[in-house]
Amino acid sequence: MALNTQPNLHEPGKRHFRAFSSGDDFYEALIETHRELTDEQSAMVNARLILLLANHIGDLSVLREAMHIAREGV
Amino acid sequence: MLSTFQYPKFEYIRPPEIAEGREGHYPVVIVGAGPVGLAAAIDLARQGQRVLLLDNDDTVSIGSRGVCYAKRTLEVLDRLGCAEEMVQKGVSWNVGRTFFREEEVFNFNLCPEPDHHRPGMINLQQYYLEDDLIKRARQLPNLEIRFRNTVIGVTQRDDCATLRVETADGAYTLHADWLIVADGARSPIRTMLGLDIDGKIFMDRFLIADVVMKADFPTERWFWFDPPFHRNQSVLLHRQADNVFRIDFQLGWNVDPEEEKKPENVIPRIKSMLGDDREFELEWVSVYTFQCRRMNRFNHGRVLFVGDSAHQVSPFGARGANSGIQDTDNLVWKLKLVMDGKAPATLLDTYSEERCYAADENIMNSTRSTDFITPKSAVSKTFRNAVLGLAENHAFARALVNSGRLSVPSFLADSSLNTADSEVFAGNMIPGAPLDDAPIQTTEGTQWLLGAVGNRFQLLHYIPDASALDAATARALRSLIDAPIAVEAIVVAERGTAPAGLATLIDAKGRVRERYDLREGTSYLVRPDQHVAARWRTLDVAQVRVAVARATCNA
Ligand SMILES: Cc1cc2nc3c(=O)[nH]c(=O)nc-3n(C[C@H](O)[C@H](O)[C@H](O)COP(=O)(O)OP(=O)(O)OC[C@H]3O[C@@H](n4cnc5c(N)ncnc54)[C@H](O)[C@@H]3O)c2cc1C
Repeated sequence: MALNTQPNLHEPGKRHFRAFSSGDDFYEALIETHRELTDEQSAMVNARLILLLANHIGDLSVLREAMHIAREGV
Repeated sequence: MLSTFQYPKFEYIRPPEIAEGREGHYPVVIVGAGPVGLAAAIDLARQGQRVLLLDNDDTVSIGSRGVCYAKRTLEVLDRLGCAEEMVQKGVSWNVGRTFFREEEVFNFNLCPEPDHHRPGMINLQQYYLEDDLIKRARQLPNLEIRFRNTVIGVTQRDDCATLRVETADGAYTLHADWLIVADGARSPIRTMLGLDIDGKIFMDRFLIADVVMKADFPTERWFWFDPPFHRNQSVLLHRQADNVFRIDFQLGWNVDPEEEKKPENVIPRIKSMLGDDREFELEWVSVYTFQCRRMNRFNHGRVLFVGDSAHQVSPFGARGANSGIQDTDNLVWKLKLVMDGKAPATLLDTYSEERCYAADENIMNSTRSTDFITPKSAVSKTFRNAVLGLAENHAFARALVNSGRLSVPSFLADSSLNTADSEVFAGNMIPGAPLDDAPIQTTEGTQWLLGAVGNRFQLLHYIPDASALDAATARALRSLIDAPIAVEAIVVAERGTAPAGLATLIDAKGRVRERYDLREGTSYLVRPDQHVAARWRTLDVAQVRVAVARATCNA
């Protein structure tokens, strides 16, 4: 499977009437996860988050592609 | 500064209460002739209600205020009979460009879904909107507007509200069976009644400049994150009528607004943004802070709050006037039923419930935009910049860029006025949904579904060939009109003509069938504010009556 870079966020059991809603729900939750953390704590949360998500995705070819894009141009 | 608009001056007329030395008594008084008070007054007057509208001023909105009026607002204004002038005068745009630092990262074309009457939004200076509303109001003989009448005191009893009103000729007293408060964000009446409004002030300031462009400039919305000409802040540019462009500069909290406003500070900023060779002239410059807050409830006995007096949002997403006008869309039919003795006053509680829900959605969406545009922490800024960096090449990131979401109406999916589905339907037209528009064919030519519905309860009944409607169904449909709360039946069909006494709408393009998932026999009960109340796969008059009772708190 190739890395999906099309909009793909959704929430089972929740009905969204607007295209932007699920993405905005996610983004808000993401920022909320970092509320009141120091920069160091935030970096740790981000690292843990990536590890959890990577394991969930599982497919190393997908992860390699994501890592490649993430590093590009930074 | 230049002026592309002549502010009208409305005449003050000595009120009869003063001339005759008596107190006045009106069924409905509305305070505030801003866009929201005007919409409420026009709607009520069109329903045959006598209305008195008071305003402390004698002209329309001054300077830079509302710009973007959304599709749903235009549909409400169509129902009130005044959207056409605004759409003609206003600017419709589709292309938006997003810049991050030096680069354009992407652009989008709104490319609206086909076969809707009104565009996603128009840009129009608020004074034009109000001017058109006042013109419309003046066509209605049972609507009286009193300019330079300032409400200075309000008290309320079980059966009425009493106002003290000040004029150049002295003060007088008015009793109102119902008082609609549309006196804006500072709402003196809210204070007079000792009512609270909760929320937060955003620690941010915006410099708003309206400039007249001397040369051609594209009709596009441009949004900059962290541009070279205004480091670490955001800038928004879009076009209004008369070649006037609105520019919003985010200023941050630690600046001196008076200093920023000075032309010698504003002009270089705009020059570096537009490039030296574009000629422009300043029309208006002001500095704003914004708040996000709402009242706990919008109805308090005989007093009903609408618009900015009830709720305020940050500017991203243009929701102030849009949501206020939608408040009145929700309120007016309910108030009319209550005033006519056809529904209990508890129906007005549902105004508060439904519009508090909508206000929360508006506050949520504009807060999210503000948080994206103005990250509150280092990590939040890193995420924001990561999204912008990925947006150039990756569609998913473009979807996350939030420089303001289009103002769209709420789906009142959880409203107590809805009758839940008992059959399966595809699509979005669930109970509580604002109706989707679609083209229709009538004896008068091509028209729009939303032009044919509204102002009363209606039942849309679908059959492919209207001429094939059997006599029993036709009788059942016609019988719906004979009730204290009448329901007008309308036959929607691909072809044919319904039997006498029933209107037919021809779904020439098939869009109504598609958007509402219609099959032979499908029936939609529609509220006077063009929201779905209930729907069934077959017609059952008894069920329609129960659903009407439910939608009016008569159950
Ligand atoms: C920079 C800026 C940009 C904006 N952009 C948008 C946008 O793009 N789209 C959008 O929808 N909204 C926008 N808004 C918000 C919009 O301007 C307001 O939401 C809208 O004006 C609210 O309408 P209203 O009728 O509730 O109140 P107001 O327009 O404030 O009207 C209140 C009226 O009540 C009168 N009044 C007050 N006190 C009394 C009294 N004691 N007695 C009698 N009369 C009284 C006032 O004179 C006034 O006429 C913007 C606002 C700003 C500042």
